[in-house]
Amino acid sequence: MARLSLDNVTKSFANFDAVKDVSIDVADGEFLAVLGPSGCGKTTLLRLVAGFEKVTSGEIRIGNEVVSRKGGSVAPEKRRVGIVFQNYALWPHMTVAENIGYSLKVAKLDKAVARRKVEDALALVNLQGLGERRPANLSGGQRQRVALARCLVAAPSLVLFDEPLANLDVHLRASMEDEFASFHKRTGTTIVYITHDQAEAMALADRIAVMDGGRLAQLATPRELYHEPANEMVASFISQGILLPADVLSAEQAGHCKIRVLGTELIVRCRPGERPRIGAKICCRSADLDVSPDGPGFDGLVKRVIYQGGSARIEFTPSTSPDLTLHFEQPDPVVLESGAQARLRIRSGWLIPAAGAAA
Amino acid sequence: MSTRIRESRGQEMVLTAAVAIVIVLLSLLPMLRLIKEIVAPGGTLSTVAIKAGLASPATWIATWHTLVVGIGGTLLAVLSGTLVAVLVTLTDIRARSAMVLCYVMPLMIAPQVTALAWLQLFGPASPFLKLFGAAPPLGTRNPLYSTSGIILLLGVQYGPLVFLLVRAGLRKLPRELVEAARAGGAGWFSVLITIVLPLMTPSIMAAAALAFVSCVGNFGIPAFLGIPANYLVLPTLIYQKLAGGGPAVLGETAFLSVLIGVIAMAGIFAQEVMSRRRDYRISSTSLPAEPYELGRWRPAVQAGMWLLIIVVLVLPLFGLVLTSLVPGYGIALTAKTATLDNYRFVLFEHDAASRAFFNSFWLSIAAAFFAVLVAVPIGYLIAWGKQRWVRLLNLSVELPYALPGVVLAIASLLMFLRPIPLTGIQLYNTVWIILYAYLARFLVLALRPTISGYHQIDRALEEAAQVAGAGLFTRMRTIIFPLVAPAAIAGGLLIFMTALSELTVSALLWSSGSETIGVVMFSFEQGGDSNYAAAMSVITVAVTFALMLVTNLLAPYLPTGVLPWRD
Repeated sequence: MARLSLDNVTKSFANFDAVKDVSIDVADGEFLAVLGPSGCGKTTLLRLVAGFEKVTSGEIRIGNEVVSRKGGSVAPEKRRVGIVFQNYALWPHMTVAENIGYSLKVAKLDKAVARRKVEDALALVNLQGLGERRPANLSGGQRQRVALARCLVAAPSLVLFDEPLANLDVHLRASMEDEFASFHKRTGTTIVYITHDQAEAMALADRIAVMDGGRLAQLATPRELYHEPANEMVASFISQGILLPADVLSAEQAGHCKIRVLGTELIVRCRPGERPRIGAKICCRSADLDVSPDGPGFDGLVKRVIYQGGSARIEFTPSTSPDLTLHFEQPDPVVLESGAQARLRIRSGWLIPAAGAAA
Repeated sequence: MSTRIRESRGQEMVLTAAVAIVIVLLSLLPMLRLIKEIVAPGGTLSTVAIKAGLASPATWIATWHTLVVGIGGTLLAVLSGTLVAVLVTLTDIRARSAMVLCYVMPLMIAPQVTALAWLQLFGPASPFLKLFGAAPPLGTRNPLYSTSGIILLLGVQYGPLVFLLVRAGLRKLPRELVEAARAGGAGWFSVLITIVLPLMTPSIMAAAALAFVSCVGNFGIPAFLGIPANYLVLPTLIYQKLAGGGPAVLGETAFLSVLIGVIAMAGIFAQEVMSRRRDYRISSTSLPAEPYELGRWRPAVQAGMWLLIIVVLVLPLFGLVLTSLVPGYGIALTAKTATLDNYRFVLFEHDAASRAFFNSFWLSIAAAFFAVLVAVPIGYLIAWGKQRWVRLLNLSVELPYALPGVVLAIASLLMFLRPIPLTGIQLYNTVWIILYAYLARFLVLALRPTISGYHQIDRALEEAAQVAGAGLFTRMRTIIFPLVAPAAIAGGLLIFMTALSELTVSALLWSSGSETIGVVMFSFEQGGDSNYAAAMSVITVAVTFALMLVTNLLAPYLPTGVLPWRD
């Protein structure tokens, strides 16, 4: 077990920065998910930690040892990290037991000891008795578990998961998610888990690092990401947050401030120390929107109604800013129709901190 | 901490250095040595060698002949190969894989064996023609001893080469392009002329360039068909000069071999220029076009295809077998006269012949074994390595094979005529110089399949071993080699088949005691003992076919295209 820290890590390929000035501290035994759209640099980040890529600048430490820095890098085979690859990467010419026991064989461990460890690892992932099979004769979920056992058996200080569920069908995903969670609980290993699936990241991780264009957009607990996004990218990326332009009218008081949005005044949550400013943005969730035929609010047009079974997703354009689209759910009975006029009310929201404000 | 950071690249450096040394020794050094002989014979810059070469009328005649048979053979190969590729790939012809196998087979047979087989088929002593009493009277000149004979056989030998490349191109042709033309009202023939063939220009050009290089550098066919008619091309001129003058004329032959190299390169260059004139890029990928239904023409087209195969493959081999069973020149073959004496003679009684079998077998095995061993690390650096100079590396490994074999043979002679400096080891006049030339020339045959093997393997398999703590050499041994082994070994088998009856290189490098099968076959034929030459040919062809069958067992584990004869 060990902590992992990245200090201002940058990785440039020919003429673009795949990872730019990223600093993350992963505590001993923590489960960190790295989340982001494809091409955001999350896979490069994983390969940097594993040692397959060398940093352009910055420093990576595992435990107390510097493993990557400009001008030097500990080879991947010497880092004692485990990786569960997206496509499992099981060696087709070896049996399950040989796959799992490979690192022990490389380390020239005593054969009897190695055999016992392989048995234990198989038992841990519920694959007793399948040691003599070839990977080709296993189901997708079984392969995933072999990959897990293979990386466990060497008792790595750190385990990296590279989108491990991307190739599995929906049912299997849910049960593997449970398995990963209990694996983490049982072993207490430090885990870095790369994914593009928010639900997966939210369900599993202690903290989530959201990446965007090679930069770290926000590093926070799942709850904080959802309720208090640090910038517009995170706000709109996580659970399809709705971004609305707003002017801040009052300074922060007990975590709240007064703003004007779409012509109405509103109290929203905010960071300490916010002062009145214009051109701000707030983030609200579809659950924060209400239809209020007579009360306070703003008028607009129902653009589309998409029935989703039990409820409908309504897309709505306020008449004061026709280029904005708000969406919310309306449970059955759905009364709104596309083309109809309606009046909406925002119940609450989160004031997105000004760009450049300290996190 | 910092020591861990520093030690990590050690094994990779060792591997890279070893690979670099092998490539310098096998590819760069011989080429540089040859160039030095031309521009600076004896160590000082001068144009003497070039001037002497250009002044000789024999040079010009042989160059002219080389161009004539080179271009003629290429045209024939391109026409026949493209036609067969179109018929086999785009129509609903039956028994496709069998047809591909049979049509490609002449490629696996050594050119001098092809030449011998055809000579036996049409000569006055032909046991085949005698079966029908149709043989010309003894003493009549064999019609194949002529320019058109050489062109015909070059076309037969390299038609399959064109076929393979054009077929690969046709398979990538997206069906939408054909379907759009047909929807636009074009009939099948106009689709072929206006869409398919124009789009295939790059494939056909590349195939033509390859066929040209092969025709120009071919030694076996002009040696068997041209030397008796005193029709010399550059490779046979070099052979005759060396056979007559020995090492003294090495400088002169060096010039001639560079001349062949230049002609071959000119062919490749012309192809580059032609392919760049228009944009032939195919952007989309999709399923191949539906095969064209030949309808009532199908039986006729199929019959025509099989007739072609009978003419280019079955009849010559049949003639070869018949000749190998005849007790002596000109005797008609009957149930009574048929004998296996020729086989017994070449295998057990004739010293040089039995030595040649021994030599060729171990040379081929050694070359194949070494190439497989070296191809795995070289392929690793080329396919998965990060260094940019590795691309150049790939190019320089291709060079000794892309250039005609004569070029490499002369370069090897120049390198090893004197003992190797510092060690005093003498390779000249030993079997080792042949081994060196085989290694240099055929390495690429194992490298190409190995590289395509690497491209099929998920790199994560190696990375998984790396994070499991395995160093580079351990990964090579336990993960990488087992995974690319089928492709590399298939390449090794290709080398074995090619080297077994190889003649071009060994004809210039052999000495008494280090004869190869090709060399002894050639000297039997020159001495008029066609039946012994035929017996040796039949044995090598049989071994080659048997090996093809064995190699087929590897097919399920190979990337497509590694085994040329597999559809």
